Amino acid sequence: MSADISSPRPTRPDWLWHIGLVGFVAVWWLVYGQLIPMAEWITALFPVDRHSHTGEAIAFFFYDVPKVMMLLTLIVFGMGVVRSYFSPERTRALLAGKREGVGNVMAAGLGVMTPFCSCSAVPLFIGLVSAGVPLGVTFSFLIAAPMVNEVALALLFGLVGWKVAMTYFAFGLSIAIVAGWVIGKLRLEGWLQDWVRDIHSGATAPEAADDAPLTLVDRYHLGIEAVREIFGRVWMWIILGIGMGALIHGYVPEDLMVRIMGAEAWWSVPAAVVIGIPMYTNAAGVIPIVEALLGKGAALGTVLAFMMSVIALSLPEMIILKQVLTLRLIGVFVGVVGTGILAVGYLFNFLF
Amino acid sequence: MDIKVLGPGCAKCKATADMITRVAGEAGKEVQIEKIEDMRQIVGFGVMTTPAVVIAGKVVHKGTVPSHDQVLAWLG
Repeated sequence: MSADISSPRPTRPDWLWHIGLVGFVAVWWLVYGQLIPMAEWITALFPVDRHSHTGEAIAFFFYDVPKVMMLLTLIVFGMGVVRSYFSPERTRALLAGKREGVGNVMAAGLGVMTPFCSCSAVPLFIGLVSAGVPLGVTFSFLIAAPMVNEVALALLFGLVGWKVAMTYFAFGLSIAIVAGWVIGKLRLEGWLQDWVRDIHSGATAPEAADDAPLTLVDRYHLGIEAVREIFGRVWMWIILGIGMGALIHGYVPEDLMVRIMGAEAWWSVPAAVVIGIPMYTNAAGVIPIVEALLGKGAALGTVLAFMMSVIALSLPEMIILKQVLTLRLIGVFVGVVGTGILAVGYLFNFLF
Repeated sequence: MDIKVLGPGCAKCKATADMITRVAGEAGKEVQIEKIEDMRQIVGFGVMTTPAVVIAGKVVHKGTVPSHDQVLAWLG
């Protein structure tokens, strides 16, 4: 999403917007505190024993769905406002000519902040590379952008806890920085598709129209737009994910999960990464499953590895990237990022 | 008026073209919409986010589906 809303709109005074926002957050806070009684109340309406498998699953579902939706609304709105201060063009200007190392760190950080959707991955990639951003730095950006995002953080924070959320954030960024740095060191510029190497976009590109400066209320609008867009895209995944999570929570026996995904099973981390690659969902779909798996005694490292693999290494994304990268380069990308995820998985199982 | 909509055939690109067609119809303006889906041409316009809208060789919009009012403003 770019920050160029310049159209006139029916005007409400600015102070009304600010007060409305404060009021909304206050109501949000009150409702959020009442989610457990509300879920228990709804569960009691079903003709099942509260402590049966079905009862557990239903309570899990009706507690998690509103909780996730509410967290998403608040955090996506906040990030939408913050992101309106960033744009792909500004990111490109900041990264152009940066050396590897510093560039990788900046690129991973900007990957979190810069608004863009996965259907823009190719023009964005070319825009960066053709402006002289080193390949490895570009990869740091492209790895961080889907993996460390506000949806993942909001859900991890709400469902699993702030420690896991912070850990995921730190290690997600680290993988993006290190993997991009390694890819840069390998000097693989020759493995881009031919037409990408020859391109010098920007040089002959037509002038872009100037973006009008945004007011704070404009930025609120962008935040609301972001909420609408994210919800339109992920609500199905959330319901499916929480449904899966509820089934795991209600029915899967604990000792089975500990045996398969516990820290003792050394092969579980690579298995989690391999299983994660063809799975196509996003943070919204996978985190409710993560929550349920953790609750059943799966090891944190194994679950994080699974989650990172699902989000950062997906087949559809590779098919999109095939337009600009040769298969060899995609292979290196998967290898380097996959190794990073494995390392994080083992490290966590070892530490916790 | 010739309007180009740049984008690799994603849902938002289609929504953009539909929006322009609809607004032009309401305003009674004649427009020819050309959808550019080839990635090489798209990046040739220097855009980094799609969908993008090009009018008279100038990129007037990028990254989102434009609003009704924005489209109206372009049509003059």
